[in-house]
This record gives sequence, C-alpha cells and structure tokens, in this order.
Amino acid sequence: MKAFTQHDGLVLPLDRANVDTDQIIPKQFLKSIKRTGFGPNLFDEWRYLDIGQPGQDCSKRPLNQDFILNAPRYQGASVLLARENFGCGSSREHAPWALDEYGFRAVIAPSFADIFFNNSFKNGLLPIVLAEAQVDELFKQCQAQEGYHLAVDLAAQTVTRPDGQQYAFDIDAFRKHCLLNGLDDIGLTLQDADSIKTFEERYRQSSPWLFGAIR
Amino acid sequence: MAGKTLYDKLWDMHEVKRRDDGSSLIYIDRHILHEVTSPQAFEGLRLASRKPWRIDANIATPDHNVPTSPDRKDGVEAIADAVSRLQVQTLDENCDHFGILEFKMNDERQGIVHVISPEQGATLPGMTVVCGDSHTSTHGAFGALAHGIGTSEVEHVLATQCLVAKKMKNMQVCVEGHLSTGVTAKDVVLAIIGRIGTAGGTGHALEFAGSAIRDMSMEGRMTLCNMAIEAGARVGMVAVDEKTIAYVEGRPFAPKSEHWQRAVAQWQTLVSDPDAHFDKVIELKAEDIRPQVSWGTSPEMVLAVDERVPDPSAEADPVKRDSIQRALKYMGLAANQPITEIRLDRVFIGSCTNSRIEDLRAAAEVAKGRKVAQTVKQALVVPGSGLVKAQAEAEGLDKIFTEAGFEWREPGCSMCLAMNADKLGSGEHCASTSNRNFEGRQGAGGRTHLVSPAMAAAAAVTGHFVDVRELLSQGV
Ligand code: SF4
Repeated sequence: MKAFTQHDGLVLPLDRANVDTDQIIPKQFLKSIKRTGFGPNLFDEWRYLDIGQPGQDCSKRPLNQDFILNAPRYQGASVLLARENFGCGSSREHAPWALDEYGFRAVIAPSFADIFFNNSFKNGLLPIVLAEAQVDELFKQCQAQEGYHLAVDLAAQTVTRPDGQQYAFDIDAFRKHCLLNGLDDIGLTLQDADSIKTFEERYRQSSPWLFGAIR
Repeated sequence: MAGKTLYDKLWDMHEVKRRDDGSSLIYIDRHILHEVTSPQAFEGLRLASRKPWRIDANIATPDHNVPTSPDRKDGVEAIADAVSRLQVQTLDENCDHFGILEFKMNDERQGIVHVISPEQGATLPGMTVVCGDSHTSTHGAFGALAHGIGTSEVEHVLATQCLVAKKMKNMQVCVEGHLSTGVTAKDVVLAIIGRIGTAGGTGHALEFAGSAIRDMSMEGRMTLCNMAIEAGARVGMVAVDEKTIAYVEGRPFAPKSEHWQRAVAQWQTLVSDPDAHFDKVIELKAEDIRPQVSWGTSPEMVLAVDERVPDPSAEADPVKRDSIQRALKYMGLAANQPITEIRLDRVFIGSCTNSRIEDLRAAAEVAKGRKVAQTVKQALVVPGSGLVKAQAEAEGLDKIFTEAGFEWREPGCSMCLAMNADKLGSGEHCASTSNRNFEGRQGAGGRTHLVSPAMAAAAAVTGHFVDVRELLSQGV
C-alpha cells in the first residue's frame, strides 16, 4: 500500500451532503475486474453530459461545465473538501480507487460513512474528520480564494491553512501506523497466525457445526 | 456491572486478539462472495501467492449483473454484455481454482447473495458473516454479526479468516405495538430511517427490538436488517427466538443431529441481557406507522403515502433546504405535491430487501384479479433466488403476476442497481421494493421511489401511489 506522510495540495470544495458511492463511481464501471482505470469516471454522472460506459475514451466526452471538478481553477486538486456523511451507500472500494486515481490524497469532511472510511485507509487515501464549524470555515476560505491549498501532516495529525492556522484531527493509532509506513494489512495479520489457529481450535470444540458443513 | 447486548456477546465470541492500539482481530465464520467485489481480491491473493485460509467458510454466487431474461438458460456465454460476461466468468474461474462452493448462474440455488445464504442455512445464528456488499447487514436478522466489507477486506478475510475491527457502539431501535394490516417490515424500516436519518446509526451496531419486531417473520426481519445500512449502521440485528430456530432447522447447511441440539442451546443465549446498556435508544409506536413512500434521492427522504412532498421554503437549515431543492428538481416533483399524485412509469418488485417468498405473496395478493395500469410501461417481478422462484411457481404466484401484466423473471439483483439490462430510462418514475433511491441508482436519470411489495403492486395496478390498505379492504 502507498504510504501517506505529508501532503500539501489544492483543495476542491464539493458542497453537498450525503455524497454516496453510486455518485462517486456509478455502477456500470464496477464491471471491471481490475483495480485501476476508474479515475476518468470519478463522479461520472455529474462530470459529463452524456451517460458514461466502461471502456470509453473520456477525453472525447462532453463535460458538464457546471460541475465544480471541471472548473479551471480546481484542476490538479488533490484535497477534497466535503460535507457530512461522505461516501454513504454501497461498499464498493471502487470509490476510493477512483478518488485516488484521479489524484486525491485526502478527503476532509465533518463525517464519513463507515465502510467508505475504512476502505479509504486501505488505499492510502486519508479521510480526515474535522468539526462542522471548521469545515464550514474551510469552505468559505476555499471558495473565496483561488489556488487555496491545505497542508496535511499525518504524523502531527494536523491540517494547516495558508494563513498558518492549524486544525488537529483524530486518527486511530493502528491506521496511522499502517498509513505512515504503507503497511500491508494482510501481512500484519498473518504475523498473528498462531493466535488465529489457537482461537480456531478452541472454537472448533465449542461450535463444531461451523466447520466443514459447506462443500 | 451492566449486562451485555447481543452485539457485545457476538463480539466477545469472535475476538481472536485485542491489539495494543485498541483494534481487534475478529474471526469470520461465513464469507459470501459475488462477481463484482471479488475479482480484485482474488487477483491480490494470487499476486502474493497466498491461499484461502479456510475454504469451507466461503460460499459464492453471481447476482449483480446476471441477466434476468429467459435466454440466460443458454449459459454464461449468452450474456450479451461482454464486460458483465467476463466478470461472471472470472468468479466461476476463481471459485473453481480455489475450490470454493459456488452456485453458478443457472443453478437453481443461485440468487442474490443475501437471499441464498439464509435460504441454504449457510447463515446461522451466532455467526460472523461478511460479504463485499453493504447489505450484508441482512443476515443480522438471525442474531448474527453481519456487515459489508470492501474488496481489500474480502482479500483479507480470504487470506486470514479474520478482519481487523474496532468495536462499535450499541444502539437499539424499539418498535412496540401492532402494525396495521398492509403495513410491513419495509414500512417500519423506512419510517425508522425517516426518523433518524441516513447517518443516524453511523458507528453503531443497531439492534431492532420490541413487540412489533418479535411479531415479524424471519423474512420481515431480514428486510429490516437489510436496510440498517441505509440508516448508516453497518450492522443490524434481531435477537434469536423460536422463529429464528424454526427457520434454520432442516436447511441444507444447518447443523444436524447431535450438533443441532448443542447449537440451539448456544443460540438461545443470543439475546441482549435485560440490563444491557445501549448508547442510543430510539422508540417508535407500531400503530403510528403508515405505508411509506420515498420521494427524494436519499432513503431518509420518505413520507407516509397520505402526505405531501416537502416545501423547501419551509426549511430553515440552508444545507437541508438546498438538498430538498436539489432532490425535488432531480425527481421532477413540485413542492407540496401529494404523494398519491406521483405517476409511475415502471414498477420493480425484487432485490435483497424484498424478493423472498413472503414479499411475492404480499404483492400477488394485491395483483390478483387486477391489471397493471395502461400508463405503466413495465412491471417486473424478480425473485431473489431460483428456489424462491420455484416455490412461487408451485404456489401459482407467477400466473397471478403474468395474468395481471407483470413480467416474471430469473433471479438476480436486476433493476435494484441496473448493472444488467433491466434499467430505468432518464426521467422515469419507478415504484421499487429495493433499498436505495440515489440519483441514477436504477439507471441514469431514473427516479426511484422506495416502497413495500404490496405498495409497489398497488402502484402498478393504479398507475400512481395509493394506500394499499384501500385496495386490500376493497377486495377485487
Ligand atoms: S439486490 Fe441490490 S442492494 Fe441487494 S445485493 Fe443486489 S444490488 Fe445490492
């Protein structure tokens, strides 16, 4: 997994609550059996005027100029500023894959849906929860000022505004450790293989019907 | 010390190890796979030369993009969409390669993941059940700890039989009293979501309790738990009782003979202790719940059928006002319009929320002797599994539907998410028994209204929304 330590990037303010994963990456793109190729279809239904199909050359499609992702001043954005309950809906990991491939490294919102939040960490995309008032303030600043950047420091757990003001954010210690070091979750869990086997043996005694019934 | 909730008990039973940082390794008993969220996980496993930890914990079936038309009998090769075909073939290959039990597309046991696993007795009380699909919360109806996971976690479970998790908070939604005739589990869960919002359960494991829940059938409880995720809760649960045990008994993968007695004894403890502590408690009165219809683009945008669509100018909060306005525009509705004046272009009865035999019976009761309205272009009935389909046909429900002008299809997710050929045209209104009314969910530009199967059938035969209780009291 890609490590995340520090990132300073242009901010895109997506001013909508309850952005769901169907919006982040519509279902027709879920037919892919790969992990890559989703970036050009990020926010597909809002981003283009036509209906997207897998395998298209997106550079030839008509853009919806009213959608903020297409505004010239936000090209190259890598920090997504969002509203409450971002990433609700389906469990598709294609959502963080698409955000990541487009170039986003961090998403800041007052709250996230649980599964999306979880999936983001597995892909080196950092979801940051800030207080509603702080997010509000960031929206105001970002909308007012062209080229608005934020600097994220994972080790220090801070988001720094261009004027130097900092917001601290919380993060679970294990996730932080994995993200800072780009560690593979499976490898880490397999270090505990003996604990899993011991548990399994005891469990097989107490609930034998759970073993071997299928197949 | 306070007693334990059902969730606390399930968590304790499966905690392999608590790590220093407060996260835990949780043992997974059942892993269900489908074609959409598994290919990248199998690929990851292969690339790392890893093997599945425990083959017999896995069960698979293709559901999301299999066709539901009769020509699929010709096999996977006949799937017209090449991308869908490859995905289904990839699942077949992966399962064959690793030796995982799969109900392939034309197996009678094939169907929607959340329908087939309980049907086979592959979902049991006390289990941890995961699947790369957010509606895995469905299985919580059995007093199981069940939730959706992402593709990286699918790979993690395949490789380690565990998940890394942090314990959630406990939440109880209590519904006391009697539901009126024609008001179903779907109406109850929509009313709950309308009350607490789509983020109301975030970070919580949600237990449904109260006399109205105890009175529900297992199918009703599955509908309820299915939509816990629409209230933001990854986990929805109902305590084990005699109904749970009776439902499981005799199913193909349910414990047999000497194991059965031991299992039942263990399952009977899977209830929240009377003095258990819940971090959040919500109470609803069953008598207050009327048939529900969603009007907007989020499941919390839901009202009783006799109400009117909201007026944004009456909303003080600017973020909410904006989302009401946006939803009205997308849905092509006017402020204050009565729900009963919404006309339907299509009707969809199916999905993991409402495609079980009881759902089909409830819809057939309304459809019987009536005709789909002229103005409705298409009314689809898609059973949740091949076995549900066979059962419905044995009861003659297929005849009732087709005589009324509904199409009777092969099992799959179908128009719930429109990954196959079943979809809405732009601007079309659909009365749907599925679980998500997000923009474009049932087809780009499509307008979804979430309802119960009986309400969907009533909308199909009248062409607009109507309180199904009026039709039921009329008889035919
Ligand atoms: S029926 Fe719909 S919600 Fe259920 S698993 Fe299929 S696509 Fe998902």
